[in-house]
Amino acid sequence: MTRTMAPGVVEGYLKVAPTVTRDGDAVTIDANGVYYKQLNEAVRQAIDAGAATVRIENVNGQRYIGTGVKASGVRIEVHGTAGNDMAMFMDGPEIEVFGNAQDGVGNTMNAGRVVVHGDAGDVLGYGMRGGRVYVKGDVGYRVGIHMKAYENLVPIMVCGGKARDFFGEYMAGGMLVLLGMNTQFAEQPLVGGFTGAGMHGGVIYLRGSVEPWQCGKEVGIFQATEEDMAELTPILADYAEAMGMDIEQILAEPFTKLAPFSHRPYGKLYAPM
Amino acid sequence: MPTSLIQPEFRVKIDYDKCHKCGRCVQQCGWGVYDFNERPIPDDSKCRACHRCVTFCPAHCITIEKNTLAYRDNDNWSADARKAVWRQAETGGVLLTSMGNPKPYQRVFDHLVLDACQVTNPSIDPLREPMELRTYLGRKPDSVEVEPDGKGGFKLAEGAGLANNIKLDTPIIFSPMSYGSVSLNVHKSLAMAAERLGTLMNTGEGGLHEDLYPYQDHVIVQVASGRFGVNPDYLNRGAAMEIKIGQGAKPGIGGHLPGEKINKEVSGTRMIPQGTDAISPAPHHDIYSIEDLRQLIYSLKEASGYKPVGVKIAAVHNVAAIASGIVRAGADYVYLDGFKGGTGAAPQVIRDHIGIPIEVAIAAVDQRLRDEGIRNQASIIAAGSIRSSADLAKAIALGADVCAIGSAALMALGCHLCQSCHTGSCSWGITTQKPELTRRIDPEWGAERLVNLVHAWSHELQEILGALGVNAVESLRGSRERLRSIGLDEQMNRVLGVKPAGL
Amino acid sequence: MPYDLERYDTFDVRRYREESPFKIHGGCGLMGMCDESGALRSGEDAILAMAVQHDRGNGLGGGFAGYGIYPEFPDHFAFHMMYHDVAAKEEAEALFDQYFTVDLAEPMPTRPVKGITDAPLLWRYFLKPYENKLEQAELSAEDYVVHVVMTINSSVDGAFVASSGKNMGAFKGVGYPEEIGHFFRLEEYAGHTWVGHNRFPTNTPGWWGGAHPFTLLDWSIVHNGEISSYGINNRYLEQFGYKCALGTDTEVAAYLFDLMLRRHKLPLSLACKALASPLWDDIDRMPEDEAAVMRSLRAVYGPGMLNGPFAIVLGFNGGMVALNDRIKLRPLVAARSGDTVMVASEESAIRAVIPEPEHVWAPKAGEPVIARVKDMEWPIHGDLHLDASAISCAVTGTDQSCDTVEVNA
Ligand code: SF4
Ligand code: SF4
Ligand code: SF4
Repeated sequence: MTRTMAPGVVEGYLKVAPTVTRDGDAVTIDANGVYYKQLNEAVRQAIDAGAATVRIENVNGQRYIGTGVKASGVRIEVHGTAGNDMAMFMDGPEIEVFGNAQDGVGNTMNAGRVVVHGDAGDVLGYGMRGGRVYVKGDVGYRVGIHMKAYENLVPIMVCGGKARDFFGEYMAGGMLVLLGMNTQFAEQPLVGGFTGAGMHGGVIYLRGSVEPWQCGKEVGIFQATEEDMAELTPILADYAEAMGMDIEQILAEPFTKLAPFSHRPYGKLYAPM
Repeated sequence: MPTSLIQPEFRVKIDYDKCHKCGRCVQQCGWGVYDFNERPIPDDSKCRACHRCVTFCPAHCITIEKNTLAYRDNDNWSADARKAVWRQAETGGVLLTSMGNPKPYQRVFDHLVLDACQVTNPSIDPLREPMELRTYLGRKPDSVEVEPDGKGGFKLAEGAGLANNIKLDTPIIFSPMSYGSVSLNVHKSLAMAAERLGTLMNTGEGGLHEDLYPYQDHVIVQVASGRFGVNPDYLNRGAAMEIKIGQGAKPGIGGHLPGEKINKEVSGTRMIPQGTDAISPAPHHDIYSIEDLRQLIYSLKEASGYKPVGVKIAAVHNVAAIASGIVRAGADYVYLDGFKGGTGAAPQVIRDHIGIPIEVAIAAVDQRLRDEGIRNQASIIAAGSIRSSADLAKAIALGADVCAIGSAALMALGCHLCQSCHTGSCSWGITTQKPELTRRIDPEWGAERLVNLVHAWSHELQEILGALGVNAVESLRGSRERLRSIGLDEQMNRVLGVKPAGL
Repeated sequence: MPYDLERYDTFDVRRYREESPFKIHGGCGLMGMCDESGALRSGEDAILAMAVQHDRGNGLGGGFAGYGIYPEFPDHFAFHMMYHDVAAKEEAEALFDQYFTVDLAEPMPTRPVKGITDAPLLWRYFLKPYENKLEQAELSAEDYVVHVVMTINSSVDGAFVASSGKNMGAFKGVGYPEEIGHFFRLEEYAGHTWVGHNRFPTNTPGWWGGAHPFTLLDWSIVHNGEISSYGINNRYLEQFGYKCALGTDTEVAAYLFDLMLRRHKLPLSLACKALASPLWDDIDRMPEDEAAVMRSLRAVYGPGMLNGPFAIVLGFNGGMVALNDRIKLRPLVAARSGDTVMVASEESAIRAVIPEPEHVWAPKAGEPVIARVKDMEWPIHGDLHLDASAISCAVTGTDQSCDTVEVNA
């Protein structure tokens, strides 16, 4: 059998500048088969040149989209599967992903908003210190770990599906919400084990209930009060709008709140010599 | 002539300016060091440096110092060697001592260092992520046989799986110390702590007092050559049974609990008359060889409905072959006691000069059992001076399943290692049967301190596992690759199966 | 006393064999795909899936295995050979002539590719054991073949068997996987099952035979991650006679599968549970029958548990199984579209091949993804009876001499 290979197979991604088209302050970039370096360079150039919307088409796994980008009033659309470390250290822009996102999205993100109309992978929002991350579907392991708040920087993450182990591990601040609604794992629990393990700040809201074994020993499990819901509802409304969901349906189930017992969970573990 | 040529080892100094003259020191000292005549007056020659009086003196005005009496320099004839000669010339006796070998032999553990993960594989956070220490003690099959369960899954085949293993929540157990050599309150403290920790205590050879019955699922009952307190009821109460062949501090030597220590309670537990000496023969007179051991192992299993049976031996030169024989004889675990292990009483010459280090014994036995393909058939318990969680981790990396702690457990209860247990006057109320001393230990207080100690070591072990990037203790067990040696010679490295640092 | 490796090696290896001095560290990318209907996919798809995961490797090793690729020789043992020089080739071919009817011997089709240098001589052979010799030796064909593989790997200087299964082959070498695939002209092959691998070794002997996949008869294995329990896994396997000569986690995984599946006859799903055990707390919450099985598996196979981050794909004639570690420290994404099941380190690798799969999901930690081609037996090598050290030789091609079995050739 002799046949020739389609172009681009061996290269995977081509190290060439992508095709860029401009329409006023909207820029469209075709990422098809373009290596992440050239792609992200084109995105940065577009933003530097004053683009308000950057639409990236045919994305498939290119890494670092929006990573380290500091800008306000900029919107990046990702059509396809967003690659690893998207929006890492991002400071200001809004990224909307029409597809799934791979691992490490929103790592140490500072400000801005990420909306994923699909699932997201592991280690989502690691060390996030500000901004919002909204995911429509399921998320992986170690989501929202070590989110932290400082003064007016308060990160918020809402995930519409289910989550695996270590959700909100080491959480130090901010808000982490899990809805369990748009999931492909109907049979499985809302959240895995070690939820909030080592949590010492911030709050986790779960739509539905959770067993004590699923949670770290550092967290208390409470019914969300009216006051809590007053804090949560506007965020859910914003999320519902971004996802095109019905807020009433989201609020139709009671929420559980997880909060740390102490800001210093290990104060007694160590014995000074 | 003076009655003794030997001068006191310690000086008891009291700052009388600060002394309240309260007399508490007089009452606290188990060895009667103090007279009271308007103020406490110590007799230095009786002092054991146990620090009981120092700890309880409200004025903090007592210090115990070494008697710095100068001896003419002689590297060959140390002061201790000279004193030993004088003592024996005076008494004609075998020098008796207690606790572990204090001689400055090389401490192998202190020449081993552990590994940690950097970059290529992640270290694991032990506080928040799972970090499993659970350990099953006992014989395991070589493979697991299953059959379809009819529901698309599998179930264990008839008779397959983990029969008769004991679940331990941490790989630390308490080593055997008999009631008689230690007080009942010590036994209670150990039993209560074992239950709370999900681990085991060990009766030693003195029987099981009925006060410990509520904790019997966390007790190993020992069968030694004296067979004290051994009857079918005793065997059935224990979680496991242990045949004691030897002890690291006194391999090849029997035991002798003097009649003075056999009070009513001890007599009842040991099932011997009050006031008689309790003598454990050097060998079991029904075990003169390995096939006899097999016979005893199986008779114990028969008598107890097939509970696990372990065999405790002292680490001696040929330990690997002996252990292999023990495993083949049907033991569910082999308990190795290194030559620094403690004792309630032993001839000094034996304690200080017989046996081999536990590190070496673990390495040799683990390798031997692997070479013979029988490592799964028995667990290895290692003991004999496990001083910290670091020793514990290193022992496990060398191949131990579980470590047993004795001296460290007694230290948790106040023991100051004064090496005077054999006198029966322990000021700390540990190795004594005198009611005024034994009541110094409240079992509840003792249990809490033991639980604290084992928890602390377990946490530290978890920290070590986390640094090593594994989250279950079975992934460290026998993983000598995670050890390196510093300053050990080639021969020793080879015996330990450990590479020198840098390789 | 200063130590140098050479001296060190002169020690009693029985004591020091704990690990090769070259424990290989690395992270990687991988893929596996299987069409459960048995339909064939071009090797081009396998290349593409690895090419988009380019940045997961560093060009020091790449490889593939394809199944169903030799429909014209379905019953022949296909030997993919690597030779250092012509002398090695001649010596190996003399052995082949001794043991087998050689129905075809030809150079592997390759093309020059920039970046691929120092390729060994690459040949392939389609072989059938001499019936009378099989009978004489009273060996199964599997034993016979593994015996030859072992003999070549251990005693023919400069020759290495990259794969030896039926209707399958491994294509591997030093380079990025897409370069290796291009070099081997994989687009000219079609298979129902493919596995691929991208290596990121931090320390490598730079040896073609050392690239993934590793193979044993029909099995091939690719692996991403770093097993922190290597030391004890290795010592555990030694107890059963395996020799971990290469110091790679992959080798360890291959022997553990061999031990559990072939020798201990564990079902595949349970072998996976032994390698990536559920946590004790999870076991305690299971129904008692299941808990009893898991407890036993963990207690018995604890020394074999792969502890540390890993994702692994075992390919076989008729399917594949993908597995990752019990707390998911390495990525693994799975997808199903029609009859095709695909796994990869990144979703993009899947979408490069199947742009719109029906179902994409992240498998749970320690939960195997199993794909089986309809009507094909799962080869557990039940007719293989050789001892573990022979298996080790066959898998890794160590130059350590093995205990050879008697075959009257
Ligand atoms: S033996 Fe102990 S209690 Fe008695 S004087 Fe000496 S240190 Fe104090
Ligand atoms: S206990 Fe202290 S204060 Fe009291 S009499 Fe003794 S030395 Fe003096
Ligand atoms: S138990 Fe008592 S007598 Fe024995 S060493 Fe410890 S403190 Fe001294």
